[in-house]
Amino acid sequence: MAQEHKQPRRSTDDETSTTEEVQTDVAERKEALDGDVDDILDEIDEVLESNAEDFVKSFIQKGGE
Amino acid sequence: MSVRRVMGSEVEYGISVVGEPTANPMTASSLVVNAYASSTLRARRARWDFEEESPLRDARGFDMSRAQADLSQLTDEDLGLANVILTNGARLYVDHAHPEFSTPEVVTPLDVVRWEKAGEQIMYDATLRAASLPKGQQIVLYKNNTDNKGASYGTHENYLMRRSTAFADIVRHLTPFFVSRQVVCGAGRVGIGQDGRDHGFQISQRADYFEVEVGLETTLKRPIINTRDEPHADPDKYRRLHVIIGDANLSEVSTYLKIGTTALVLSMIEDGFITADLTLETPVSALRAVSHDPSLKQLVALRDGRKLTAVQLQRVYLELAHAYVDERLGGDADEQTKDVLVRWGSVLDRLEQDPFLLAGELDWVAKLQLLRSYRQRDGLGWDDAKLQLVDLQYSDIRPEKGLYHRLVRAGRMERLLSDEEITSAMHDPPAETRAYFRGRCLEKFPQNVAAASWDSVILDLPGRESLQRIPTIDPLRGTRAHVGELLDRSETAEQMFTALTG
Repeated sequence: MAQEHKQPRRSTDDETSTTEEVQTDVAERKEALDGDVDDILDEIDEVLESNAEDFVKSFIQKGGE
Repeated sequence: MSVRRVMGSEVEYGISVVGEPTANPMTASSLVVNAYASSTLRARRARWDFEEESPLRDARGFDMSRAQADLSQLTDEDLGLANVILTNGARLYVDHAHPEFSTPEVVTPLDVVRWEKAGEQIMYDATLRAASLPKGQQIVLYKNNTDNKGASYGTHENYLMRRSTAFADIVRHLTPFFVSRQVVCGAGRVGIGQDGRDHGFQISQRADYFEVEVGLETTLKRPIINTRDEPHADPDKYRRLHVIIGDANLSEVSTYLKIGTTALVLSMIEDGFITADLTLETPVSALRAVSHDPSLKQLVALRDGRKLTAVQLQRVYLELAHAYVDERLGGDADEQTKDVLVRWGSVLDRLEQDPFLLAGELDWVAKLQLLRSYRQRDGLGWDDAKLQLVDLQYSDIRPEKGLYHRLVRAGRMERLLSDEEITSAMHDPPAETRAYFRGRCLEKFPQNVAAASWDSVILDLPGRESLQRIPTIDPLRGTRAHVGELLDRSETAEQMFTALTG
């Protein structure tokens, strides 16, 4: 399994205070959402197919349309 | 003047047989369709009537010769693959190596969502029935568009348009819209390039498979604007715009906006309302560049020298649509037209502010948020198979396994329809088109319907030597208002036929 760790990246290029407020607001909402998402990962872990690599490899389709 | 028009969708599902990666997909697809047909359709099974089909007719005014055509372009010859019409007016069949569901003709974006979602449940139901057969196999279907190894299969939209609209105008005004609308209705994909050889996330399932701007093909050299021209209606009055560039959406909001915004843009094109020239310098490469940048900062070059993001380009269409609806309808616009405009604006605002605010509405953002969380929690790189699995399993249509379904169950995805509305659409036809007549005939007189198609119902009536073909060439006739009462009171197909033709 890859051990690459992701840096949280957040750009802050606006300076006016109103924009900052909006951004704080957005950031807070996003943080709340993120915490929430971690909960569902535990649930999804339980239904994810085991052996991801083999599973993904064996999903072979013919073209359609 | 609104989001209302005759339209529908066709979805080809990815298919796999559990434990048998080399299973023949045509056999498996036929098994799924036949299992559903044999256990739900009473009496005889109506054939699909191919008489009016002409897949090689080109909207630009010529026919491709059959000798020139690739074998995969011929869909009108019954190749012995399963093909049935359902009581909800839909068509369930095998197209090449995939089971496919075509919705009945409807007239509102929300009804496209409703019958397309009913199609997902029919497909799921079909796999359960296939599994319960003697020697039944466990077949799993995916509502997606690629195996990430080079193969792509389609999710098509159909819109009936006025024949009098110049095709060149459709191409000119629709291409920039199609290049940019993926930021609203993309389904998200892990993998870059047709065979997914590069690692990363992109907005659209389909973008990498489009190679030309305009053309008739759907399986090779896929075009942004497809010219297939089979109206299944009076060809002097109508053309059917066959749209092949969309992704398969699980999210109800994504499908609703995909259909609703496209219908509005088509209406503006028909009415000659768009005078601005938004022609892109290089549409095919712009399509891919937009898809490859989930930060939504990618600029696309217009021929007039401007450079806009896809969201800004969508905003130009949104503003035009607002002006158009205000001018033509004012406050009299119908509720869905108003709702599509409000939602479209709200989605574009939030895409500019922070796309993750749309994780509960749009497929690509919902998927990306899951992927981002896995990357953060488990430190996964984009090359990790687990992320590809999340992408694939998002589209698994089984309620217990599909990740979209898990998000819905956790209350994380906005719904536009109730479960009851979707379940009833598995059986009931829409009321406002000829699909009503087709569906009710199949429901009420299954033993008398010998064949049917979009533009006909063929009856086999006792005591009559030849089959009786009832043409349904006008998609807006045969509605509940036209024939509901007649169907209710006819006790036999003969009575109905006599009343119709007498």
